[in-house]
Amino acid sequence: MKKIIELKNISKAFDGEGVLKNISLDIHDNEFITLLGPSGCGKTTLLRMIGGFEQPDEGDIMFLGERINDMPPHKRNVNTVFQKYALFPHLNVFENVAFPLRERKVPKAEIKEKVESMLNLVMLGSFAKRSVTSLSGGQQQRVAIARALINHPQVLLLDEPLGALDLKLRKDMQQELKKIQQSTGITFIFVTHDQEEALSMSDTIVVLNEGQIQQIGGPLDIYNEPKNAFVADFIGESNIIDGTMLENYRVSFSGHTFGCLDKGFADGESVDVVVRPEDVDIVPCEDGELSGVVTQVTFMGVHNEIIVDIGGFKWMIQTTDSVNVGQRIGISLEPDAIHIMKKSKYSGMFGDYSSYSNELDELADPGGDE
Amino acid sequence: MHKRILKKGGGGLALAPYSLWSVLFILVPLIFVAYYAFTDSNFRFTTENIVRFFTATSSIKEDDGSLREVHTYLVIFMRSLKLAVISTFICLIFGYPMAYIMARAKARTQKTLVTLIMIPMWMNFLIRTYAWMTILQDTGILNGMLSNFGLGPVHIIGTETAVIIGMVYDYFPYMILPIYSIMAKMDLKLLEAARDLGCNSFGVLRRVVFPLSLPGVISGITMVLIPSISTFYISQKLGNGKFFLIGDAIEGQYIANNLHFAAAIAFILMTILLVCMGLFKYITAKYVCGGE
Repeated sequence: MKKIIELKNISKAFDGEGVLKNISLDIHDNEFITLLGPSGCGKTTLLRMIGGFEQPDEGDIMFLGERINDMPPHKRNVNTVFQKYALFPHLNVFENVAFPLRERKVPKAEIKEKVESMLNLVMLGSFAKRSVTSLSGGQQQRVAIARALINHPQVLLLDEPLGALDLKLRKDMQQELKKIQQSTGITFIFVTHDQEEALSMSDTIVVLNEGQIQQIGGPLDIYNEPKNAFVADFIGESNIIDGTMLENYRVSFSGHTFGCLDKGFADGESVDVVVRPEDVDIVPCEDGELSGVVTQVTFMGVHNEIIVDIGGFKWMIQTTDSVNVGQRIGISLEPDAIHIMKKSKYSGMFGDYSSYSNELDELADPGGDE
Repeated sequence: MHKRILKKGGGGLALAPYSLWSVLFILVPLIFVAYYAFTDSNFRFTTENIVRFFTATSSIKEDDGSLREVHTYLVIFMRSLKLAVISTFICLIFGYPMAYIMARAKARTQKTLVTLIMIPMWMNFLIRTYAWMTILQDTGILNGMLSNFGLGPVHIIGTETAVIIGMVYDYFPYMILPIYSIMAKMDLKLLEAARDLGCNSFGVLRRVVFPLSLPGVISGITMVLIPSISTFYISQKLGNGKFFLIGDAIEGQYIANNLHFAAAIAFILMTILLVCMGLFKYITAKYVCGGE
């Protein structure tokens, strides 16, 4: 695939505080790429740099091999869907979408034709004459997308575009955006802090934290093979346990030795072990490799989310079995349920559910002991 | 774009003091003006005062010494209108960029600038006009400074220029503040969106900033045009009484105890202004804002 944008060693600081630290990233033609991370991780700054609204302190932004660091936004073949849409309140739906065409002095008949077909694409064909302030959030969103696409940019930037929509509408728009991306063949760079959104829409996910790239990969890679405790915790739920790699394919944690599918670690290397809550099998005590006492059960609809105290470490397990608080259960782990990660600066910070759901109590009563 | 702040029926009681105020001090005086305008000294209905405004004539001396018959009050009205329009235009030309720069400055700078603009308004309007007399006099501060540079003296006091300077100085804040307040509230993302969609800086100004700031421009124009069209004090002091304006006419008739004709002039002036402002608002809304 053709590289469309290359970011080379980008760094940026605001008021002496580094928000992006040595970021390098290739973005390919016709790719749906998501910048995912918590607020303040630098994802929006990175997007604004590609749009031309910020300049990097160090590093280069290349567009089809040409350095565009200093190119103003209106000269870039890139358009943005802004977080709160930024529709022009003094113009109606038609004129909002026609805005970039009028700037380029496109003939009137052509404007009418293009805008109408674009409004049909986003299913707002009958809304042309409406004032944008009279539209619902979802409709405004569509106008913003139509307006950003009408110039046929090579790259479309989307800055948390679904954040203001309710859950149901958000799911629909996710599908729709993906469809639009596939039918137009335009590269989408999508910024979000919602990991589910990232997993369901993206070809490639870039996980960012503290201004650094934590991992780049497809949704499956990111979910199944997280590189460090931050990624494992941020994408989905994870139990992250201290372990020791005995040799290839054999790891020891929680006082037991398990078979696994990972290799390439030094013998005796200390590692982080990730077990996803849905990969744990609940078995009778005597059949399990580990056993523990259920401390909490939450009904989630499709499954129960239970917290189990195993040797002082609290695991989260998702199961369709019904168990009760205080019950002693055994758990069993298949080799493919276990993922091994090298130790990182995030080790020990995530993946322990001992404070889970007590967070609110602690916030309400910071001085209280349990 | 216009949202109703209070729904019908709600808040009726809370509005009572303001309604009373409006009736007592706005509506009742206006009714009195109209009543006086259409009655004679015995308070019988007449349109004589109104007709007089449009038909009264007097002769003025041309530069070559010949006499010319003119419609007195129409000439005065047109003169007032000309000076007011020129002053409003100057206020707009300087006020608009200034308001834009202020709205884009840092929060602290904005506060300082707003205070600086408002400080002169704390001083009495008459005193400020007197100050301009001493500045603009033939032997005043301005000519003193000019002569230091070997320029001048220039004769300003008693000219139309002096009257315009006075109007611009006195009413400038009324132009800046409404434009500034609307620009300060403007969503910066809209300006970024315009740049993103292909506008250079001028395009952003023309296609987004200007149309969105129009309500501020309209109130700025209203707040400068109306007081400057009806002023009498500035023209008396800075124009040396040579430029008789519509405000002077009203004042003169009032002092001469000719209340009914004074009311008629005021009434006509008010009607013309209301019609003009209404048309102005309608046209801008229709052709600049894309017909909302």
